[in-house]
Amino acid sequence: MAGRQELQAVVLLLAGGTLVKLAATGASMRYVRAGMRPVVLTAGLVLLAVAALSLAHAVRARRTANAALAGELGGGDQVGEHGDRHDHGHRFEVAWLLVVPMLVLLLLAPQPLGSYSAARAGTALGAARSTDFVPLPAGDPIRVSLLDYAARAVFDPRALAGRHVVLSGFVLPGPHGAWYLTRMVITCCAADAQPIKVGLSGTVPAGLRSNDWIEVTGGYTSRTATDEVNAETIPFIEVNTSRPIAAPSEQYVS
Amino acid sequence: MTATQTRGTSPPATRQEAAGRRGLGGVELFMLVLVVAVLARPWLAGLTGSARAQAWLTVFVAIVIQASPFVVLGSLLSAVIAVLVPASFFARALPRRPVLAVPVAGAAGVVLPGCECGSVPVAGALMARGVAPGAALAFLLASPAINPVVLVATSVAFPGRPGMVLARLAASLLAAVVMGWLWLRLGRAEWLRPRPRPELAGLSRWPALLAACRHDITQAGGFLVIGAAAAATLNVAMPPGWLHAVAAHPALSVLALAVLAVVLSICSEADAFVAASLTQFSLTARLAFLVVGPMVDAKLFTMQAGAFGRRFAVRFAPATFAVAVAVSIVVGWVAW
Repeated sequence: MAGRQELQAVVLLLAGGTLVKLAATGASMRYVRAGMRPVVLTAGLVLLAVAALSLAHAVRARRTANAALAGELGGGDQVGEHGDRHDHGHRFEVAWLLVVPMLVLLLLAPQPLGSYSAARAGTALGAARSTDFVPLPAGDPIRVSLLDYAARAVFDPRALAGRHVVLSGFVLPGPHGAWYLTRMVITCCAADAQPIKVGLSGTVPAGLRSNDWIEVTGGYTSRTATDEVNAETIPFIEVNTSRPIAAPSEQYVS
Repeated sequence: MTATQTRGTSPPATRQEAAGRRGLGGVELFMLVLVVAVLARPWLAGLTGSARAQAWLTVFVAIVIQASPFVVLGSLLSAVIAVLVPASFFARALPRRPVLAVPVAGAAGVVLPGCECGSVPVAGALMARGVAPGAALAFLLASPAINPVVLVATSVAFPGRPGMVLARLAASLLAAVVMGWLWLRLGRAEWLRPRPRPELAGLSRWPALLAACRHDITQAGGFLVIGAAAAATLNVAMPPGWLHAVAAHPALSVLALAVLAVVLSICSEADAFVAASLTQFSLTARLAFLVVGPMVDAKLFTMQAGAFGRRFAVRFAPATFAVAVAVSIVVGWVAW
């Protein structure tokens, strides 16, 4: 077994271990849809199995080779030749590249996408245009997703009349001192993340900083703004009360 | 510990030479890299503290994580094809004439439920098993776009518009078959890097399966990392608002979304949702986004270059881009 194959095995060990850790701790939800967790876990376990079997195979092959070497000098040649043939030319081993994202994940643990990315993309309400809205549940106030509120406020505002809703998200500074309550929507991973923005009017909390997570309670207002990036409509909410909250473990809406 | 060291007790001259050139063994170097990275962590964290760098890192690792299950699945499948499925199976399953084998292989893409990252190693294994390159390439291009998972995702993303699913199926299959035929006519064998599988030589069935699997995962995964880095860079570097500026122009908008598909490198299982949200664009432009994305994108380019060679990728990717855009315009014109 050549060094190249053992290297591939230890790289897969690192990759598999990282994926299992991400799925087990839920940190995978910073990067991919929550529903991907079992899939990521399975992929990690397969990688660990391939790595473990490869290492076991390598150890066994080396033991056989050593035994052959000890008994008779030429005996190890078969294994050696096999390895050398694969190592010819000393090409760069691409497996090394896989170490980079794994170390980034283990050591730097990048944060979920927030206001930086949200500011650079237009609100993605367009996809909700043809949604059939089910009646809002009973109760007052009711907790609805930011996406749900934004879609109803733009396409079906009558249902919101006289209702109070609780929304949560991170805040993003808009033009003219406005604040947008924002969530990133993903369908697979952070590469396809798109923001949903709802403007805050009424009792906007003081001292907000970009990326702060807050929960607001309020009601529908007909005030709207136009997203500067894609000219889509940004609905507003008339805030009555608000409070800072900790960022949830699943920050994306999917 | 590496084999080189163990063998160092009494190595033949050639092996000693090889060991000298390699210096540190791969595994020792790996350990060293880990230790250095852990020690350098505070410095690296400081370096990547800005919002822009964080966004880059997040998109970069997100693409790798999202694609890894599909790379694993595709590599398992390609290992099975390489080791367990006899070459005679494909000779029997596909029409003997390559001209007919291309559309059959393209349509066979329906059976691989995954995205584009999985189809690269599978197409490579098919070629190594004697399938005509044109047919294997038609499979490579068609399968990530026309498999049931992707078509269902498309219909969910475009409710009340079954035409979009049909148009995507028709345009993707057509573009894949056209590319397969183009390869039969213009492609040259020397553009493709031959794929000998030295790691399989002299191994019995199960060790060979394991070796093929390990080899394919690390190769496809390694090139995926380059592509993910490129896609993250483009994602972060893209000036906001450029899309909106061209949305109203009928021809430019098609080209813009085709370019966006290349830039974003979104998994084909997710791209329909992104296309659905690009409401200011025409349906034809969004169809181009859905047809181009699974066939040509930043990460796919590096994966194809890794699997088939750079000389192949620099010719194949631009040609595929042109064909996919042209077919999308024609299908869009017929459909809407």
